[in-house]
Amino acid sequence: MTNHWIDYQHSDVIMAIGGNTAENHPVSMKWIERARENKGAKLICVDPRFTRTAAVSDLHVPLRPGTNTAYLGGLIRYILENELYHEEYVRSYTNAPFLIQGDFSFDALTGLFSGVEDDPLRSAKRYDRSSWQYQKDEYGHDAADTSMQSPDCVLQLMRKHYADYTVDKIAEIIGCDRDVLEESYRLFATTGQRGKAGNILYAMGITQFTHGAQNVRAIGIIQSLLGNMGLAGGGVNAQRGQSNVQGATDMAILYHIMPGYMGTPQQAHHASLADYLSQETPEAGWWTNKPKYFVSLLKAFYGRHAVEDNEFGYQWLPKLDGNDHSHIAMYKSMAEGDMEGLICWADNPAVSGPTASDKRRYTANLKWLVSVDLFETETASFWKETGKNPEDIDTEVFVLPAAASYERAGNKANSGRWIQWQWKVQDAPGECQSDLWIVNELFKRLRDLYAEEGGTVPEPIVNMAWQYDDSGGQIDIVKVCQEINGFHVDSGSLVENFLALQDDGSTACGNWLYSGYYNDLDRPPCKRREPETEGIGSHLQWAYAWPLNRRIVYNRCSADPEGKPWNPDVPQVWWDDQTWEWKGHDVPDFNTGLTPINSSRAPFIMLPEGKARLFSAFLSDGPLPSHYEPADSPTANLLYPEASFNPISQRFYENHVVETDADREKYPHVLTTYRVVEHYQTGIMTRNMPWLNEMMPELFVEIDEELAAELGIDNGCRVAITSKRLENQAGIEAKACVTQRLRPMMVNGRKVHVVGMPFHWGFMGMNKGAVANDLTPSVGDPNTTIPEFKASLCSIRRCDE
Amino acid sequence: MRSQICLIDTSKCIGCRACQSACKQWNQLPAESTTFAGTYENPPYFSCMTWTKVVFREHNDNGRTSWYMSKQGCMHCTDAACILACPTGAIHHTDHETVAINEIKCIGCNYCAAACAFRVIGFDRSANFAKKCTFCYDRLENGYEPACSSACPTGALVFGDRGDLINQSTQRVTRMRQQGNTQAGFFHGNALKIQGVFYRMRIEYPAQPGFIDHFPVFVT
Repeated sequence: MTNHWIDYQHSDVIMAIGGNTAENHPVSMKWIERARENKGAKLICVDPRFTRTAAVSDLHVPLRPGTNTAYLGGLIRYILENELYHEEYVRSYTNAPFLIQGDFSFDALTGLFSGVEDDPLRSAKRYDRSSWQYQKDEYGHDAADTSMQSPDCVLQLMRKHYADYTVDKIAEIIGCDRDVLEESYRLFATTGQRGKAGNILYAMGITQFTHGAQNVRAIGIIQSLLGNMGLAGGGVNAQRGQSNVQGATDMAILYHIMPGYMGTPQQAHHASLADYLSQETPEAGWWTNKPKYFVSLLKAFYGRHAVEDNEFGYQWLPKLDGNDHSHIAMYKSMAEGDMEGLICWADNPAVSGPTASDKRRYTANLKWLVSVDLFETETASFWKETGKNPEDIDTEVFVLPAAASYERAGNKANSGRWIQWQWKVQDAPGECQSDLWIVNELFKRLRDLYAEEGGTVPEPIVNMAWQYDDSGGQIDIVKVCQEINGFHVDSGSLVENFLALQDDGSTACGNWLYSGYYNDLDRPPCKRREPETEGIGSHLQWAYAWPLNRRIVYNRCSADPEGKPWNPDVPQVWWDDQTWEWKGHDVPDFNTGLTPINSSRAPFIMLPEGKARLFSAFLSDGPLPSHYEPADSPTANLLYPEASFNPISQRFYENHVVETDADREKYPHVLTTYRVVEHYQTGIMTRNMPWLNEMMPELFVEIDEELAAELGIDNGCRVAITSKRLENQAGIEAKACVTQRLRPMMVNGRKVHVVGMPFHWGFMGMNKGAVANDLTPSVGDPNTTIPEFKASLCSIRRCDE
Repeated sequence: MRSQICLIDTSKCIGCRACQSACKQWNQLPAESTTFAGTYENPPYFSCMTWTKVVFREHNDNGRTSWYMSKQGCMHCTDAACILACPTGAIHHTDHETVAINEIKCIGCNYCAAACAFRVIGFDRSANFAKKCTFCYDRLENGYEPACSSACPTGALVFGDRGDLINQSTQRVTRMRQQGNTQAGFFHGNALKIQGVFYRMRIEYPAQPGFIDHFPVFVT
């Protein structure tokens, strides 16, 4: 999130798109209700289903799963065509005036940008992005046209790109009534006025697509056009669906990043530390500090073994081989027998992964599998599934019982980046141990083995600075916190924050973004609990928000170039004419040594050009979000006739998605998957809780009344659902929930039915059910490889009694 | 008349059922064995093990879908039918003006359950007495609000001073009407002298701004 939960109270219009906030983030509704009560804010719910959020919204816009880019692209066009953007903001704070290379182009027939080439290894296409770059002026600076009239400038390129995204066309694509669609555009675009704030909140219904990253980009573009970035009540707000998943991402749980969002070194490009730093450090913007953060990270990793002469241990870091190692690719390796073992730490891919039945089959190729969890998961017990013969499976499975969150102390980062300490409430039962205890013991034993027996590459392990034990030989979490916060190597004293970090090995820091969160042993900021008095909701003395305790990032944009808040009622920062200094209710996210005009030149401090990127060469699949169908789609692409789904997205498996009309007839209905408030993720915690099972006892599939009548399905009867992934199989069974909360949609002149299923069930635990993800395809976004869970095709039939 | 009441604002209810599970947890009520019967609502009925629950109703008004949710349970009536029906005086008003069942005096005749217009009294066959919401008497005695309202994230279920809540409700209904929801209303149960639990309803359900006949409790 760029903003935070409490800040929702300042919004004038809130759009919940691709996220069922009332269902999955119930506490958000406290602040949304406050905004509605105090200032008459409006809530728009954009969702295929009439959800619990829709039930309390002012406007529900039903859209076909997988057409968010079309919806958002239509909104971009609506804003541009009707001149509803915040012009001064756009001119000053975005790259709208920047000029793009003259050979940039887009082909509306194929839906491809200039620079496209084949990528046979991935069975897809890829881009040479040189034509997407900024033009340079005679001094080598990015060229711009402040009148924003040049045909090469970003604003005009956007007008051209989105010209076809008319309300009528979008209505036809997404399957929504055009008047409802236009009303939602009109309502949200009102936040382009000075003093108004519009908030877009989203979750996996935006990201889990083969074009998920572009969906998020589209939201960023809209919020920048309307001047909603950096101010109270605005923002691009990704609502995290799991406790501390924000923290997990910050700590680099994904393979392509290091802690603090620094790219993982690549073998082909970063042979030495100098190579890495020179290529990965931009010439301008905050990331010019990357060498300080990266070297401090290496010092935290390797301690006294990390010295200048050995590149601070850089060679001990694992490097990427250039291949995809995300979830889908990893399981493909497992299928091909390239993996020996797997540790599933609080992870249950046998239920949560796309095409999960295949995942369970591939797991048998492993020699060993470790599952660390609260209960026995379907992943750990894949060999117990009906139809599998344990005698044929050689995988050795280890189950390590873990402590639940209330049974251990530690800090968590919420969606709003607030890092809050959570105190332990009670001891864990039996042999259950905290994750930290388990990883500590695992590491110490590995280190001893390497020390005793050597091994292929022992240095990364034996040279690791890993001294977190207390005098009794037990893990001391405070020592870990100190390392994450960062310290001066010589004195061991904690650094104040990341401004103190150096690139010469004199400081060590486990995550620069968190630096400052535990800088005082007696009174660590993450344990602070003092509510504010200003009444704006920043609560600067409550916990610690990264970076540097900023509650709203890019908050320079909350004020105009002269430093006057766009909305004086809820100012974040402002320039005081009397004292000639910056003041604020938030920690300024810019250099306060600069005057208003100077600081307004680069308010987006993380980017080299300092401006919000309406047009960006960063993503691999295009500089402007464009409508591609999901991989499993019931219709042709109405905007780009020769395109189907994202051409850059890797094709992992052949004959895996619906691509022919014959298949479309076989699997005619659009399937979407989601969660319900009563259960959590793969249900392994909640399906072992009787009170929650009582409320949501069985897997169900929601079907509209018309389709149910057509198929002879009664409410509550058993149905079977199948998809291309389960071709020639019986499909999975669920109870029917026949409801008017789903309605047939008219798409491209044809009636399309959407059905929906929660994915919480599996074959273990107190409450068993089929795995909905057996139906979903193993395709993903080309930037992130996040799987396309939210839109696929299926067929459905009544089960014979 | 009670000075502290619960207010239910159905316009803020998102059906998260935190109240329902908080009730079970605080009162240590066992889970019922249920099945999915085509609705999110579960268990289907109040019982000796289920004292409060959220009801879900789908509604179609000229092609426009609505989905209403509200927390329901004992209304702690001032003029309580269950008290009148009880032959032994087991059901009584407490010093907090809540309606409670004295299990020692209860003979298990079940008249109260039959008399309750809201059908919220359950009957424990193994113990042979009636059970229902206690308004968390034990919590009230110790200065805490009921478990259900303490769990509500949105303000759909609020415990507080009677006068304050009535004032807030009146203002909110006025504001909702100004914002275009002309059928917003406030049900304070005068007809039944229900003084324990008030409803502030988003009354598009059903079409008429209804009171007791249209009260969702009765639509089972």
